Amino acid sequence: MDAKDILGLPKNQLPIAQEKKSRPQKETQRKPDGVSREVYALTGGLAPLMPSTDVSQLKKRPPSDEKITWQWLHFTNSARKDNLHLYHWVRVVNGVPPTGDYSFAKYNKSVDVVKYTNEEYEKYLTDPMWTKEETDQLFDLCERFDLRFIVIADRFPSSRTVEELKDRYYSVSRAILIARAPSPGDVSVHPLVKEPYNVSQETERKRALSMVLSQTKQQERKDAEVLAEAKRIAEARMAARAAEEHVLPVASQMGLESSQKAVVHGDTVSPSVNVQLPSIAFAPSTSVMADSASTLASLRMLMTDWKNFQLRVYLRTYALEQMVQAVSSSAGLRTIKRVEQTLQDLGVNLKPKVPTKAVCAEHLELRKEILTLLNLQKQLQYKEAEGSSYREGSYIDMPGTPKRSLRGENQDRTFVPDTMSFGGDRVVKRDQKRKGPGRLSEAPSSPAHKRPRKLKASDM
Amino acid sequence: MTYAVTDTMEADNMPDDSVSAAKPQHIIKICQIGDDNEKKTIISRLKDVEISVPIAYGTIAFHLGRKASESQSHKWTVYVRGATNEDIGVVIRRVVFQLHPSFNNPTRVIESAPFELSECGWGEFEIAISIFFHSDVCDKQLDLFHNLKLYPEDESGPHSNKKPVVVESFNEIVFPEPSEGFFARVQNHPAVIVPRLPAGFKLRSPVDNVIEKEKRHMKDHPFSQWFTKFSEADELLKLAAARQQVQAHIVKLKRQLSVMEGMPQPSNPANGNECT
Repeated sequence: MDAKDILGLPKNQLPIAQEKKSRPQKETQRKPDGVSREVYALTGGLAPLMPSTDVSQLKKRPPSDEKITWQWLHFTNSARKDNLHLYHWVRVVNGVPPTGDYSFAKYNKSVDVVKYTNEEYEKYLTDPMWTKEETDQLFDLCERFDLRFIVIADRFPSSRTVEELKDRYYSVSRAILIARAPSPGDVSVHPLVKEPYNVSQETERKRALSMVLSQTKQQERKDAEVLAEAKRIAEARMAARAAEEHVLPVASQMGLESSQKAVVHGDTVSPSVNVQLPSIAFAPSTSVMADSASTLASLRMLMTDWKNFQLRVYLRTYALEQMVQAVSSSAGLRTIKRVEQTLQDLGVNLKPKVPTKAVCAEHLELRKEILTLLNLQKQLQYKEAEGSSYREGSYIDMPGTPKRSLRGENQDRTFVPDTMSFGGDRVVKRDQKRKGPGRLSEAPSSPAHKRPRKLKASDM
Repeated sequence: MTYAVTDTMEADNMPDDSVSAAKPQHIIKICQIGDDNEKKTIISRLKDVEISVPIAYGTIAFHLGRKASESQSHKWTVYVRGATNEDIGVVIRRVVFQLHPSFNNPTRVIESAPFELSECGWGEFEIAISIFFHSDVCDKQLDLFHNLKLYPEDESGPHSNKKPVVVESFNEIVFPEPSEGFFARVQNHPAVIVPRLPAGFKLRSPVDNVIEKEKRHMKDHPFSQWFTKFSEADELLKLAAARQQVQAHIVKLKRQLSVMEGMPQPSNPANGNECT
């Protein structure tokens, strides 16, 4: 107990462990009285679901006035037709053997297959597709195999499908029934007459069934989706129809069509976007839009039209995060870090402290403007790098020039620091990296290196 | 949930607003079929209308001073309140605070305003706050998280039980497509920000005049002296200033770029590195 206390373990055992302990104890207690322990254990320690004999019967002894002997006696089986004489042990009570038929004879059931005469065949049963021989063979097989058509089809001499055989058998039986019936009314209740066998339907049904069974998992899923869509569309149509009664029918027709289009569009897009976050799927379209109005509209679309992620309620900060992600999706991680650094330098919180609608809108616009600014800076750097590499006439004339001038340009680009007074500590790192490959052109690059710097200094 | 857009109603006389454009506004009602409880009810929602509720939530912790013990050194309260201390019970049905499992019954349910919970303890942990709304507002809950802070930043002075440690966060709960009933119910409530609808717009359900039987706002709350007054003005000013600065830089850079483009272009084979 103390050890448990020290370790911080719960003093009481977990309830599951407790249950396990009590259960095996209970089971051995519940051993029934009429059965010995070993015998009961043979059944696995559990009582059978439905005891075949009453337990009390096991201990019962036969009444003492009866004298029981067991004798090896002959018996007859009414189910057999060949008068085979067999023997078995019989329980004889007071010298009187038991009477009655063999106890298993009652299970010898068979089907009543219709037997037609030749005249009946001539009169009712002729069929262009079937010869009399075949029909006779069929019926013989039917009787032998108790209407097990799969077996019959297998044994049938000429190849016929199961459906054909069934069709022939049932139509013949039906015809005979109707022919033999004293009046049509008598037989109309008979199932054969009421529902005749329909070959085409049966073949179709079996084909469809095999198709369904052999469907792959993907197909199953697709089918389920399509059905769900259909259900939704049907419900939407019903809703529209019901809503029409409530609302004035101003351009309701147009509304219906557009809604159906919207529903369909949403539905066709949604399966592919099932698990993705809406912002990720959304990003490609937002990178095209530049206006604040359109981004607001797109946010609305994000929040309302996506059926899978229809948000009935959300926090303003969540919305802002999504929008920021959407806007920054086209930018690399480095750029995003630079944006955040810029915000900090400007004295703005990365996440607004008072995120009202207006504040969030302003924050978003600020971020976008910073992105524009950074892009412009980059453009300017490239332009200057081009310009400066042109000015260095010396290393353009050297052999193998184009490659080197390219490399020089690359170096220039990396050596130029960030223009603003805020930001740009990555310059040092890049310097160190590039020193390796470009050593030959190190000297000529430094004047170029200096000039861009000068320009930038004058900005401030 | 399935829904269909059915109707566009136009406002006849749109008052000339400096904020909105002069063209007539279309308020589209969406009739939504609710799938819950096997009963298909039709809820009519207002599209492109947004209702927001500004809230402040957080904790306030008092050191117990002389009465403090090892296991109970602080008395703290976690709460959700309207940002301007108005009654948010009109929108919120109940709040569930999920405390650290070492507390008895760590799931605490607060069924009415003020939505707050007080406890005594010694440790700091994260509290999960789940907000449930009235049935005509929203059937989904909203989850927030807040870290309970007991000890102030500077551990310099002795623990004073006069000045509590207050940590609050501001946020706005936004309902993008409110139901008509909800809109009608709250359109004149001080705790809720509701946009102005065009003049000719008719709401189906009549507006209930909320009879304030009991004042359930937090204006007279004992803690109200420590509540942060969240003002968006500061942040807006800062943001506006920052934007101006950035815009000025952008103009300068653009000018520089155009100057550079005016310079004679070199016929450099490696010129194809222009970025767009």
